[in-house]
Amino acid sequence: MLRLAPPLTILVLIGPVVAGLVGVALPAFGYLPVLGGESFGLAPFADLAATAGLGRSILLSLAAGLITTLAALLVVTFFIAGWLGTPVFAVLRRIVSPLLSVPHAAAAFGIAFLIAPSGWLVRLVSPELTGWRYPPDFLVVNDPMGLAMMAGLVAKEIPFLLLMALAALPQTDAARSAHVAASLGYGKTAGFLFAVFPRLYRQIRLPVFAVIAYASSVVDVALVLGPTNPPPLAVQLVRWMNDPDLAMRFRASAGALLQIAVTLSAIAVWILGERLVARLGAAAVASGRRGTADGAVRFAAAAAMSLAVAAIVLGLAGLAVWSLAGPWRFPDVLPASFTLEGWHRAAGTLADPVAATFVVGIVATLVALVLTLACLENEARTGRDGGDRSLLVLYLPLLVPQVAFLYGLQVLFFRFGLDGTLGAVVVAHLVFVLPYVFLALSDPWRAFDRRYVAVAATLGASPARAFWRVRAPMLLAAILVAAAVGFAVSVGQYLPTLLVGGGRVPTVTTEAVALAAGRDRRVIGVYAIVQMVLPFVGFWIALALPAVLYRDRSAMRAAA
Amino acid sequence: MNRMTTIATRGLVLERIRIARADRVLIELSLAVAPGEVATVMGPSGVGKSTLLAYVGGFLAPAFTGKGRVKLDGVDVTDVAPALRRIGVLFQDDLLFPHLSVAGNLLFALDPQVRGRKARRAAVDEALAGIGLDGFGERDPATLSGGQRAHVALARVLLSKPRALLLDEPFSRLDAGLRDQIRQLVFGAAREHALPVLLVTHDAADAAAAGGPVVAL
Repeated sequence: MLRLAPPLTILVLIGPVVAGLVGVALPAFGYLPVLGGESFGLAPFADLAATAGLGRSILLSLAAGLITTLAALLVVTFFIAGWLGTPVFAVLRRIVSPLLSVPHAAAAFGIAFLIAPSGWLVRLVSPELTGWRYPPDFLVVNDPMGLAMMAGLVAKEIPFLLLMALAALPQTDAARSAHVAASLGYGKTAGFLFAVFPRLYRQIRLPVFAVIAYASSVVDVALVLGPTNPPPLAVQLVRWMNDPDLAMRFRASAGALLQIAVTLSAIAVWILGERLVARLGAAAVASGRRGTADGAVRFAAAAAMSLAVAAIVLGLAGLAVWSLAGPWRFPDVLPASFTLEGWHRAAGTLADPVAATFVVGIVATLVALVLTLACLENEARTGRDGGDRSLLVLYLPLLVPQVAFLYGLQVLFFRFGLDGTLGAVVVAHLVFVLPYVFLALSDPWRAFDRRYVAVAATLGASPARAFWRVRAPMLLAAILVAAAVGFAVSVGQYLPTLLVGGGRVPTVTTEAVALAAGRDRRVIGVYAIVQMVLPFVGFWIALALPAVLYRDRSAMRAAA
Repeated sequence: MNRMTTIATRGLVLERIRIARADRVLIELSLAVAPGEVATVMGPSGVGKSTLLAYVGGFLAPAFTGKGRVKLDGVDVTDVAPALRRIGVLFQDDLLFPHLSVAGNLLFALDPQVRGRKARRAAVDEALAGIGLDGFGERDPATLSGGQRAHVALARVLLSKPRALLLDEPFSRLDAGLRDQIRQLVFGAAREHALPVLLVTHDAADAAAAGGPVVAL
């Protein structure tokens, strides 16, 4: 049984991606018998090429992919370089960690409310500094250049990359390398960049690529903060996919292949950039310059990190205030009164999406957890871990643009009458939940002291008993945190729910994003807060349960 | 075919053991340990002493390959699952399960043939009394002193009714004063139960106290 776990896991990860790509490639070349496409040809591509504004959509996607990743990586790298091991670092790290579980859409709404012409930032300085008594008529959110969208993406990618980097840091011998560099007279930032960063970057390269892939094909954040005419490519694709004119499906499929090309191009450009940076870096190291005057750089890095954190935290606070706001005239910083009216109005429509979110999230998380535990236990017993290839398999669903293969998957599910079912949505979520659950659990699992299992075996425990009575309970905290990560990932999924669910499995996230077009800020606030609270509940349980169960076992609490 | 009289050799017999990692041979040895005897394998750290015990106990990490036969009281157990070998181990650390109480740790090891809550509880209480820890059953193992934990670890392995005992530098983490006391306790228990004991250590004092054959790696 256990031996089946790795192939099954690979199937769950790769199967939908490959099936989805096939399902999108066939119509892209004109073949979709259900809609009368029975011969292969390039007509869909010609149709696609004739779309007005396509070039700009492509540019927006490329820019979002490359610029946001570069900005986020720079902030994270220089912040770690300049502040690792300081109290500032410890404080910001503690604030950043929970931000990772905030769904993209909720963070985007928060930032939209913050920077809008009628948002908190303008209210804080109006009318005293600006003289404005009415919201100014600037297009800040949804600006045609996509700056607001990119800002939102950067703010959300920073926590992700920071935590990925922190997870990889122990393998880089950072502290001792930093001491060596310092003893040779290097400044803190330069010492880290020269001595540690090359090793660190190798460890976080796949997550960085995943960020590029995500940002170059993002839909939910783009719908809330991004330009509308023309929108980034992925948003344009979703419009076509949902177009009542079924003939548009051919164009959408061709566009999906274009999206893959755009994302691959972004990654290719990035790889060229890596080479350039490596060469410049080698020259800088060889120059022997010590970079001791890095005060300004360190200050800038801490300021940028704080800004990203503040944007999300203040944004979420703004959402909370809006969800409780009574009358709130423009330049006032706070509403004239607070009321639960927004919550009352949302309550009736919230129940179903919340229930669907829980069902899909819990089922997908449980399946992911079972597969992950089975794979890890199989690995522990056989000693075969699949090496680097298994890591690539885990990251594959995160490196292929979601919009490209999910649409093909929808076409396939439709073909078999499974579209719009809970099961189909769970399968689509699982593709994204499983990698994160696996990544979250594999490190603590592999770090477990094998001798405990040996002791259990020599005391007469079968491998199954050693698993259930020793390894699993001792790793309970790690298992629950991995489950909470999986649930948070599921709650945040927009596109898999929308496309594979065909609008018939509304979750809190799809409903919240659907509200973006409307302007009822109170209800948006309610949905975004609910969207944010659900993952927090998961993490709260993951932390509270071991603390209660092991309240009389001090070594277990110290380990957690 | 010539007729052979096999005298079932009592104790633990290791025949042409050979343990390698990749293509590098770490250990090659043959050894016979009589019941109640403590054989010592001496060697500096890093030569793979622990992998020898892992092979004998049946829990060699998959990265290593082992050859040779392990016989216990004349029976070849080389291919028997570790859970069925009944070869107990004490490591450098006591490795009491931190998520179980002291009694939980002992119940984990107690033979399932002892049936019924009361009977199992009584067996555990008796074992605790035997090491001078009456009433410690509900305690969190983390709240015990180093010496008490070593006692519980020994009681745990003895409750599993082993037929041989492997010791992986089990005294090296103890204070000098305690070390001698625990050493006498473990060796005494082995003699009392007539267990063949295989001890690996880098401490010559362990070998001297063991008093059995010594193999240097």
